[in-house]
Amino acid sequence: MGFMNLLKHLLSDDWGVHPDDHKRPAADAPVRVMPVPQRLYLPLQQHLGGPARPVVLVGQQVSKGELIAEAQGMVSAPIHAPTSGTIVAVSEITAPHPSGLTLPAIILEADGRDAWGELPACVDPFSLSPAEIGQRVAAAGVVGMGGAAFPSSVKLVGASRAKVTTLVINGGECEPYLSCDDRLMRDQAAAIIDGIRIMQHATGANVALVGIEDNKPEAIAAMQRAAGRGDVVIRPVPARYPMGSEKQLIQVLTGTEVPADGRPADIGVIVHNVGTALAVRAAVREGKPLISRLVTVNGQCAAYPGNIEVRIGTLAEEVIAFAGGLKGDGLGLARRIMGGPMMGMQIPHWRVPVVKGSSGILALDASEVAAQEPNPCIRCGRCVKACPMGLLPLEMSARIRNQAYDEAIDLGLKDCIACGCCAYVCPSTIPLVQYFVHAKGELAAQDRTKLRNDATKKLALQRQERLAREAREKAEAAARRKAEREAAAAAKVAAEAAAVNAQTQGESA
Amino acid sequence: MIAAILSLTLLGAALGIVLGIANKFLKVEGNPVVEELLVMMPGSNCGQCGFPGCNGAAEAIVNGTAPATCCPPGGKALASAIAAKLGLTVDLSAMADDGPKIAVVAEELCIGCCRCSKVCPTDAIIGAAKQVHNVFREACTGCSSCIEKCPTEALVMRPVPVTLQHWVMPRPVAA
Amino acid sequence: MNSHVLTAQPVASPHAHGGNSVGRTMFRVQWALLPATLFGFWLYGWPSFFMWLLTVAACVGFEALALKLMGAPRIKASLLDGSALLTGWLLALTLPPWAPWWVPVLGGFIAIIIGKQVFGGVGQNVFNPAMVARVALLVSFPVPLTWWVHPLPGGGLPAPDVVEGLRIFLTSLPVPDAMTSASLLGHAKTEMARGIDLLHSLGGETSRLQSWFGVRAGSFGESATLLILAGGLYLIACRIISWHTPLAVLAGVALPAAIAHGIDPARFLAPETHLLSGALMLGAFFIATDYVTSPNTALGQLIFGLGVGFVTWVIRSFGAYPEGMAFAVLLMNALTPVIDRFIKPRILGRDRQGKPLDIPEGQGA
Repeated sequence: MGFMNLLKHLLSDDWGVHPDDHKRPAADAPVRVMPVPQRLYLPLQQHLGGPARPVVLVGQQVSKGELIAEAQGMVSAPIHAPTSGTIVAVSEITAPHPSGLTLPAIILEADGRDAWGELPACVDPFSLSPAEIGQRVAAAGVVGMGGAAFPSSVKLVGASRAKVTTLVINGGECEPYLSCDDRLMRDQAAAIIDGIRIMQHATGANVALVGIEDNKPEAIAAMQRAAGRGDVVIRPVPARYPMGSEKQLIQVLTGTEVPADGRPADIGVIVHNVGTALAVRAAVREGKPLISRLVTVNGQCAAYPGNIEVRIGTLAEEVIAFAGGLKGDGLGLARRIMGGPMMGMQIPHWRVPVVKGSSGILALDASEVAAQEPNPCIRCGRCVKACPMGLLPLEMSARIRNQAYDEAIDLGLKDCIACGCCAYVCPSTIPLVQYFVHAKGELAAQDRTKLRNDATKKLALQRQERLAREAREKAEAAARRKAEREAAAAAKVAAEAAAVNAQTQGESA
Repeated sequence: MIAAILSLTLLGAALGIVLGIANKFLKVEGNPVVEELLVMMPGSNCGQCGFPGCNGAAEAIVNGTAPATCCPPGGKALASAIAAKLGLTVDLSAMADDGPKIAVVAEELCIGCCRCSKVCPTDAIIGAAKQVHNVFREACTGCSSCIEKCPTEALVMRPVPVTLQHWVMPRPVAA
Repeated sequence: MNSHVLTAQPVASPHAHGGNSVGRTMFRVQWALLPATLFGFWLYGWPSFFMWLLTVAACVGFEALALKLMGAPRIKASLLDGSALLTGWLLALTLPPWAPWWVPVLGGFIAIIIGKQVFGGVGQNVFNPAMVARVALLVSFPVPLTWWVHPLPGGGLPAPDVVEGLRIFLTSLPVPDAMTSASLLGHAKTEMARGIDLLHSLGGETSRLQSWFGVRAGSFGESATLLILAGGLYLIACRIISWHTPLAVLAGVALPAAIAHGIDPARFLAPETHLLSGALMLGAFFIATDYVTSPNTALGQLIFGLGVGFVTWVIRSFGAYPEGMAFAVLLMNALTPVIDRFIKPRILGRDRQGKPLDIPEGQGA
């Protein structure tokens, strides 16, 4: 344990866990740039918020960087073609998701030329207003590159409106195995600092604090050299998972806590990933949209672990093949993961695409993966010590096991960030996070069912009213017709009577 | 001993009087539980339970004249929720429910007779005479009133398809 | 692109694990108890070995029987997790070293079947199973449970060999008078009842050093205070237990004892005597720290430990029994759910009452 960790431990402030790094030698290997694959699969939903809407037709030729799907709604992001080529289909593909369900995507066939289309002119970012910077960032489809993939322009514009004072840049990368941010900081420190300054200008923050875990000394040195003296301050933080989690990083760097049910902007802070800073710089200075990212390929089964620069939409299968394939053709493979081992998602097979938030592709063997059989909870309380949010995982999971979801919420289920520290330390290998994710999903499903029931009740009521109204109108129409008929009959009788009268009068005259 | 008998009798009488007064002044009109059950039900008054609408079914369940499993569209989820609320034990094995279902029109079989759209309690079926009909997914409550009306058997009940947005992580198997 | 039909259940994160297991934890605790146990065998001879062996065997055996009767799915794995073995070991340490064979068997039955399985098995019991058994035996059979024996190295008679030890164990013959001895606490209490105060009754008793090294009469596990303390510190160093409960138990006994001894030394024992005699060290480090029956949080554990210590001191000083640790532990076990209900950690972003923290003035989108 480092000195900072020891101090925290003695003061009993030892939330979180310290898993084995597994970052080297992948972190030390130079970045390899993967050539454009034959086909790219671009899901319409690669970000939080509304899915993008395709603006291209099948058979259309697009150039590199051209808009192929536009943002829908306030919180959304557009999608751009990562290379020049032809749109072959807009159809369903397997999502990079444990359920194995599908989601709609645009499938692009590369033409080999990789030719840029027309890009917006390069400008001096510091001459633009925050709103204009927000527009360029939104148009470039930049989202949070740390994994959450929240549309960055929404965050930047919201931050400038909320008058934040501190810009926190997340260089933590606390997940084991992953090192894409580490490599970015080592290789492109100057560009990242430039991006940070642009974001500072866009948000109006006084100071930018860059939090980097102390297990990345080369990255810290490179960033310090690039930042020099000024408003951008590089701050090493103890290497402890989940230090890269927003709330924990803010607490360690600024000493203040984000209020529950609130956002960092409420306390004058905004957090962005180092990769996002780089993407913002490219968008604002050069008008380049987000079309590629660094992905770490790692795990015991990976033959040549390292960081690969990959076009968005490349299948994980092809990334692994380029990176050197799996040892023994993947015979010992126990789990495939997109992301890190603590919060990453299990994927059903390798034919899923890399999306904007994919930070890693892990091929783990049996020794690295958690055992499956859970034992009964022995109430040891290790999960309580490990939880960075101060929750009681053993109590919450016991309630959820008995389907008492409301009691689990009272214990703080909504504050759970699903970091996985509790399940990591559990001696009975209970899948605690799965309980919490399941409960949150069930509650969301119950809310949806309630909304649906309210809506159908309203529809049923409207139908009753419609039937009543139709019956009423029918009765009125019938009454009217009857009245008309009677009036006509009465008129006829009156006319006949008058005619008879006239006749008799004529006869008598 | 006389003192003991006397004191206990007086105590019993006093407490009984207190209970009687409380019953008169603190009485709760109506049964709020019926309202709570009504909120949980689909509310389409389809009548499959045999009672006059969802209100009738809720009252019957509270009275005890109907089991918690009497609502087919509500399925096992509704039955277990009602049982949990009222503290009943319910045997779900008799229910033929493998998840929520909605009606689907097989367009090649539909002849546009409009018999189904007339009986749908939420007007979920759209279609004019001699035109192919279709069911609005969001409005269908799964009450199955339309199924027997269709002369060509174009209407079937299908399980609600799970999408990525609505997928729920399954509960882990307990130790 | 076809989507595959998933045959396996989806698995949630985290996919890595720290390697901790129940078996490893229990094993470490047993390792910590080993020095004191071996010392006890040396002090008390073969009968004590058989007593320990049968206690452990009875606990494991009854656990296997209970699991089989309940139709539990993974009996072998459940037995191998070491929890029944540990319960038996701790129970053996609190019994008299020359207890006859039926005491461990009955104790094992009460501890596992009544104290643990009836509540729902591992992790579900409210009371510490070993303490439930000990208290049940003590209240039901007070005489065999207080038959203390002189440590053999210092005693008058030669140590029994294997066969003799087995005979003593199985036939529950009355122990020869030359062998019986009163424990320090028992002696003090009986003398007090006779009206002789402490200054006189403890005059010729074992020196403090002997107490530290454990060469004095008492239950099987209480002898070697030093070895038990070493075991306890080992567990704290390995982070199996935290320091909160043991420190609180010792403080809960020492502080009232110091105050009371200061006021009336003839009536109340000195704090060191309290700390060194009886099962206090064993209780503080091994029994009160039982995971299942102690609170979840550090502050809760402090309160729990202080409660155990204080009630032990009260029973020892004012109660009818000379040794109060078992009762104190059971009483505080009953309060553990209450402690857990009120003492919860503060959630990040909320105050102690659970309300979200206030947003500072002038901020907020």
